[in-house]
Amino acid sequence: MSDSSQALATHELRHHFEDMEQQRDASSMGMWVFLITEIMFFGGMFMAYLLYRYEYFVAWQEGSQHMNFWIGTINTAVLICSSLTMVLAVLAIQQGRRRLTSVMLAATVCFAIAFMVLKGMEYHEHWLAHEFPGSAFHFAGIDTRHVEMFFVLYFVMTGFHALHVLIGIGLVSSMLYMNERGHFSADYHNPIENVGLYWHFVDLVWIYLYPLLYLIGHHHVG
Amino acid sequence: MASASTITAEREHYLNADYGFRSWLLTTDHKRIALLYLISITFFFFIGGFFALLIRLELLTPQGDLVQADTYNKLFSMHGQVMIFFFLIPAVPAVLGNFLVPMMIGAKDLAFPRINLLSWYLFIVGGGVMLYTILTGGVDTGWTFYVPLSTAYLGTHVVLAAVSIFIAGFSSILTGLNFIVTIHRMRAPGMTWGRMPLFLWSNYATAIIQVLGTPVLAITLALVGLERMFHLGVFNPQLGGDPLLFQHLFWFYSHPAVYIMILPGMGVVSEIIPCFSRKRVFGYEFVALASIGIAVLGFLVWAHHMFVAGISVYSAMVFSFFSYLVAVPSAIKVFNWTATMYKGKIYYSTPMLYAMGFIGLFTMGGMTGLFLASLGVDVHVTDTYFVVAHFHYIMVGGMVMAYLAGMHFWWPKITGRMYPEAWGKLAALTIFIGFNLTFFPQFILGWTGMPRRYHAYTPEFQVLNVLSTAGSTVLAVGYLLPMVYFLWSLRYGKEAGDNPWGAAGLEWKTASPPPTYNFEETPVVTWEAYNYDELPEEVPVVG
Amino acid sequence: MFPNFPIWPARAATSASNLDALFIFLLLVTGMVTIMIFILVTLFALRYRHDQVEKATPIMGSLALETTWSLVPFGIFLIFFVWGAVIYFGERTAPADSMDVYVVAKQWMWKLEHADGQREINELHVPVDRDVKLIMTSQDVIHSFFVPAFRLKQDVLPGRYTTLWFHAIRPGTYHLFCAEYCGTQHSGMIGSIIVLNPADYEAWLSGGGGEGSLASTGQKLFQQLGCGSCHRSDTQGRGPNLVGVFGKPVLLEDGRTVTADENYIRESILNPGAKIVAGFKNIMPSFQGVVNEEQLLSLIAYVKSLQGSQPGGVVSNRPPVPQVSAKPRVK
Repeated sequence: MSDSSQALATHELRHHFEDMEQQRDASSMGMWVFLITEIMFFGGMFMAYLLYRYEYFVAWQEGSQHMNFWIGTINTAVLICSSLTMVLAVLAIQQGRRRLTSVMLAATVCFAIAFMVLKGMEYHEHWLAHEFPGSAFHFAGIDTRHVEMFFVLYFVMTGFHALHVLIGIGLVSSMLYMNERGHFSADYHNPIENVGLYWHFVDLVWIYLYPLLYLIGHHHVG
Repeated sequence: MASASTITAEREHYLNADYGFRSWLLTTDHKRIALLYLISITFFFFIGGFFALLIRLELLTPQGDLVQADTYNKLFSMHGQVMIFFFLIPAVPAVLGNFLVPMMIGAKDLAFPRINLLSWYLFIVGGGVMLYTILTGGVDTGWTFYVPLSTAYLGTHVVLAAVSIFIAGFSSILTGLNFIVTIHRMRAPGMTWGRMPLFLWSNYATAIIQVLGTPVLAITLALVGLERMFHLGVFNPQLGGDPLLFQHLFWFYSHPAVYIMILPGMGVVSEIIPCFSRKRVFGYEFVALASIGIAVLGFLVWAHHMFVAGISVYSAMVFSFFSYLVAVPSAIKVFNWTATMYKGKIYYSTPMLYAMGFIGLFTMGGMTGLFLASLGVDVHVTDTYFVVAHFHYIMVGGMVMAYLAGMHFWWPKITGRMYPEAWGKLAALTIFIGFNLTFFPQFILGWTGMPRRYHAYTPEFQVLNVLSTAGSTVLAVGYLLPMVYFLWSLRYGKEAGDNPWGAAGLEWKTASPPPTYNFEETPVVTWEAYNYDELPEEVPVVG
Repeated sequence: MFPNFPIWPARAATSASNLDALFIFLLLVTGMVTIMIFILVTLFALRYRHDQVEKATPIMGSLALETTWSLVPFGIFLIFFVWGAVIYFGERTAPADSMDVYVVAKQWMWKLEHADGQREINELHVPVDRDVKLIMTSQDVIHSFFVPAFRLKQDVLPGRYTTLWFHAIRPGTYHLFCAEYCGTQHSGMIGSIIVLNPADYEAWLSGGGGEGSLASTGQKLFQQLGCGSCHRSDTQGRGPNLVGVFGKPVLLEDGRTVTADENYIRESILNPGAKIVAGFKNIMPSFQGVVNEEQLLSLIAYVKSLQGSQPGGVVSNRPPVPQVSAKPRVK
């Protein structure tokens, strides 16, 4: 088994690399560098958030109180579980256990889809409550314009995050597909590791978003 | 492409290895991708240059009588956007960098060839959207997109322009990502960091900035687009936002962006000066580390574009201080290049003429940066032609000349042909003269108070404007010359050997044009960079 | 020098004289360095031309040289930095007794209003040898108030006030330019600063106005809009007593301390919920859309004029501000 697995691995060697090790190192490093760019991308939004929070934190507290605490919390749990299944998928393929890998990858996709569904429901709720920024926005209370700003940042930050979850669903699904076609083995599974890195990053962004958006001013009743 | 097979009919190389559109449009060969970029950015250079000519023509007279005010505003906006995002940012990295980085480190290609091709396609899509924007009415935000003007007061294609730059930004990010991984992971055996040519150090530093800075531009443009499309108040004060937040986010990228533009040019100069002085770069380690220093410090100075914008006095002082700090590594480089020429053996080949011109003009541009970094002076000269002159000295007098220097230096390697040397020298001289005539008067215009982005101006500024426009026609001729003779050389140029300049560097150890896989065998490096004292006494073919 | 070919702007204010000294110093130093580099490059190119040299001399480098030409320039840069910062700090700190002029910029004109009610469009008459402070805002996009002869420039923003002060030293007429790109007629948004000697200025003053001072306009508006019903000048008001508030620190309900400057007053009128004074309720209505920029400026001028009795006098319902206060907001 190991012989053909190694043959399979060598078959994957791209022509410009000297050996599989170089290819693996390069592709992992590439994913890390890409994730750094993502940190900078989200960083701009976080900067805007922090600045406005300092300026208008009464409005920020108001806005945060209108977040759906339960959906936010459940979604956090869902994403953390999805990171767990992703890690297990990587562990599984490192041990050459293809079936288990597929199961874990599929579970990751399911959790991700659940996240998106819950997010969609949450957005719909905000829409009905006139909390969608723009001409439809209506908020009874103080400092309306800055509460609208909170919602702008909420939708922009969670919106871009959701876009990244969607892309992640695509990536994990394609790993699942390729695994089912016998593409990966204990000797060759670097793409799955890289997708795992991406997925953990997406999870990490949410772990920062959750307290900043849902918890800061939240007076949890009951 | 012209038929290169006439020269080396027997030998296969990257140009004749395969023919047809698909072999070019679906190539993953870094050298072919470099040529695809070359054609694309040259196209945009002439579009941006055409806008510049119209601007200078309008400014011949104080009244706004050539074009309407809105048209003029579109001209300078699109001149800036096209030149910055579709010429200067990609120029050296995407053309010369793509071609040379793998060769200089002894690799067969970049780490991610398909991502390299994707990067070019993103550039083309972004460029296509920009072309569409231009053809359907243009945009008049200035290249800086300040709010609330661009989000709430203009009726032009602001979102389209933002989208085009957003897409082109990802092209830049992917190029940077590719270079970083390549330089870290694919150096040939024996090629330690300390043996790398300085061109690689410069492109590495550039890549760091591309990767860290460009995403911030992306999110800023996205927020501008959203604000405009949905009437949100992210930056618009009438809707609760802060226009200064836009400026901070915008300049956080756009200042490091100028280092993306100039560092690769410095890398080119660092290759050419030692070659045509026949000796090692003086203070190699310092020049290498200065590149990294510029990249790092360049991220700490952005608000020097905002000294009169309404920021606090104390933060202004901090940014002024760091702006002086970032000038130090650039000064170090200039001194080291000059010292390299000391006791060298100097050849006056065209690339060397451009490189020497670069040293002079970049010094002038850099000196005027010292004026701008001084808070009191900046209050007077910011938003005037002084700033316009400053950045054109760096970008045109510096960067474009460095780009041309590199094109002339590596043309034989890329095409297997020599350009005509006499014409090369003539063009270099024309460009140098035309450039100074165009932009030196603008320092005086700015100091005496002529604001920038002015369609019409008060009459006392006319004499210097006329001088500047006269210079720009000379400069235009200077730029057309290489277009003509480079194309001419593809068919009629003298055949270049592997190493017409007798230059050090791995790229010169393989054929001109190189084979698709660059080297017959992976080189093993046992020598320091610029080992001219060890190389057999070779004379550059021309000069 | 040459009227049609200036190479130096007129020097019409103290800020200009201050700056020109630094500028000339910069010119000299950078000029010398530039010439030195040009000379060295040319010299080396000629002296070491390939047909005059047997072989290039390999030189690795020199730590001593690198250190010198890093530290010496940096030392010189520090001089540029400190000198420039000192000038800038002086330019950003208006003297206490400045004469206030209010400026509202809009696409594409400058509207100016003197404290005593004189209104001007695209022109500003000022007396020579007086400190003048401009308090500026924009009705629409960002503009910038630029007077080359004073070497001064300040962006003018919508939604807040920025200030610029000067001390003219020479009578004459000087350009006023908008220096922040603001749309179609950006280059048409120009005007004049007319500096008059005292006699001429008096003559100009007596020639117009008519509406009374800006503060009195503000007072009328204050009464008209019913502000006085809550902002009483005793301790009984539902809103803070405004007598003597301008320029002083104010304690907010969230614990922060802010300075009651023009921006604070403006925000309090348009968006009162953003900052509530400690001990008061959030019941003030917003006047967004009810008052325009000029009216806001007149209200601010009025509040400024309410310099009532000071410590010892007890007519205030505003909470005392803790001595070791939080960092006041410096904009």
